[in-house]
Amino acid sequence: MEFIDYYKVLDLDKGASQSDIKKAYRKLARKYHPDINPNNKEAEKKFKEINEAHMVLSNPENRKKYDQYGKDWQHAEEFEKAKKSRQYSYGPQSSGSSQGYSAQDFSDFFESMFGGSQNFGGRGRVKFRGQDLNASLQLHIRDVYTSHKRTLTINDKKIRLNIPAGIENGQTIKISGHGGPGQQGGPNGDLYISFTIINDTPFKRDGNNLYTTVNLDLYKAVLGGDITVDSFEGQVKLKVKPETQNGTKVKLKGKGFPVYKKEGQFGDLYITYNIIVPTNLSPKEKELFKELATLKKQT
Amino acid sequence: MGNEHYIAITDFCISHNISSKFILELHDYGLIELVSREKTRYIPLQQLPRTEKILRLYSDLEINLEGIAVINHLLDRIEKMQDEITFLKNKLDLYEE
Repeated sequence: MEFIDYYKVLDLDKGASQSDIKKAYRKLARKYHPDINPNNKEAEKKFKEINEAHMVLSNPENRKKYDQYGKDWQHAEEFEKAKKSRQYSYGPQSSGSSQGYSAQDFSDFFESMFGGSQNFGGRGRVKFRGQDLNASLQLHIRDVYTSHKRTLTINDKKIRLNIPAGIENGQTIKISGHGGPGQQGGPNGDLYISFTIINDTPFKRDGNNLYTTVNLDLYKAVLGGDITVDSFEGQVKLKVKPETQNGTKVKLKGKGFPVYKKEGQFGDLYITYNIIVPTNLSPKEKELFKELATLKKQT
Repeated sequence: MGNEHYIAITDFCISHNISSKFILELHDYGLIELVSREKTRYIPLQQLPRTEKILRLYSDLEINLEGIAVINHLLDRIEKMQDEITFLKNKLDLYEE
């Protein structure tokens, strides 16, 4: 357990007045408040430290106790022993906290020094919103092609979540009120879920549009004809125009990825033709190609 | 009007122990939207997280409404920029192969 210098946390001298403490707390709380720093774990941690420091130093009785024992850790141990013997004399105290604080809201140092939140009843306390929680969810691209429900377990709580089709890689969605519990009657925090979308398909995704390359044999490229290509929804028949050049792009309207939160709307699928030149030609084929080349020279 | 999508200002103010004047002031500042139906003013449900956030900034941090307006504006900009970064990162992945 590490000693926490609450004066240092609030950037104050030991002789700071109550007005200095209030001013320093406000200044830092404005900087690190979770509402001003959404999704920022560092700021959240810092805010808790500031809050804890303020709770100790703004209460003259606890400040005195902290000043007396806090600096020298060995004395704090003695203080603990003394506190325990007092508890034996007067009977065990309730360990339950009625102030809406949980052990995780305070440092071990604070818990050991002041016994948690029960010693901080009522005076000048403000409501604090619960901490925001962050979770990440890895899905395959096919999972986000259609909207579906999924049950997640976050901090031992099961949350049924509707995952809308079209979620982007890296996108974060907010589930209001499913974060940490509020403090002193404050509201619960929010749960932020970040998605990592794994794309193991031959389709590249750019927003709502999909891109893929299709190999085309030389004869079909020259003469044209029908081919079948894969789309996300299955196979699609496609007409290839005669004399199609290598690298030609065609657009299949509405065959792309679903548009996020716009049911029934889809992006487009772009197909690039990669023309395959035949290899291992037979003597007959070579002869025919030569014939074609001669014909071409004459025209 | 479906009741599930709107919260009467009076209900909101009772549960947060604040004056309805404050909510009307937020509206005057352009910080939140309100809807009026049959002489009653309501907070649309989608405005609720924003309204509660404003309340917290006002009471926890003692920031005045002008300050809250600036904070909201900047937070909206940050959110847009973060979305843009995600979009650009995905676009970059498309060409990095």
